[in-house]
Amino acid sequence: MAVNDIDCAQALKRLIEFIDQELVDADREVIERHLQTCRSCLSRAEFERALKARLRSLSHGDVPSKMLDRITSLMQGF
Amino acid sequence: MSITKEAFETQVMTILGRLHGVAVRLTRNDADAEDLVADTIARAWRAREALMAPNAFPAWIFRILNNTFISDRRRAAVRGQTEPIEDAELDDSQAFSIFERLHRPFLLWFANPEQEFLDKLMRDDVDRALAALPEHYRVVVIMADMEDLKYAEIAETLKIPIGTVRSRLARARAALQETLWTVAQERGIEVSHSPKH
Repeated sequence: MAVNDIDCAQALKRLIEFIDQELVDADREVIERHLQTCRSCLSRAEFERALKARLRSLSHGDVPSKMLDRITSLMQGF
Repeated sequence: MSITKEAFETQVMTILGRLHGVAVRLTRNDADAEDLVADTIARAWRAREALMAPNAFPAWIFRILNNTFISDRRRAAVRGQTEPIEDAELDDSQAFSIFERLHRPFLLWFANPEQEFLDKLMRDDVDRALAALPEHYRVVVIMADMEDLKYAEIAETLKIPIGTVRSRLARARAALQETLWTVAQERGIEVSHSPKH
């Protein structure tokens, strides 16, 4: 391992922050380097990313007509 | 110059689906979600002078929605109507992970049980698992994953240290995966090469 390289346990500890884009550049690069060489951690990262995307997709949906009417009427009064 | 009424209405209608989607998951109740969205829009209109640029509208109105929800919950807490906040102790080795349940490192390259699991999950399964979380866990997951907020923004909204956001989010996601696993078992989702539990 090079000086700045990490093992799987260290990578997994920071994987969620990596996916949430919360790491500073130097820490992000260390994780990226690990993922380039570790298929298992890369699969884990892909899985966590996909699950996050499934949660995000919950926010896209139709607006119930009752709410639409209420908001339209509310804004007419502005 | 503040936003015109016409531009405000256009911006609201563009984002109304997302506001509703987040409000329903925060409140877990259609009527409360409708009140929250209406209250948010009314507050946003009153505070429109504070909107710095049209492209800041989505983040700005979501901040108002979050703050409105949190204020409502604080008032409810004073009346003793909220769930107690208990951040369970959890070390990393105990955190539930669907990936660890399913992943088989020595499978052939084309077998991917964790992807198969995700493919079989329905939107309603994810929704049920999210709704089953205790409120303080549900709120951080919604803010981080549905609204894509940074940890610092979540900390500011909830008035908690950023380290608490980080640890609460880790526990919340582990709890979510455990519930999602149970929901999937109840629905009979099976994945090739996965152990039976």
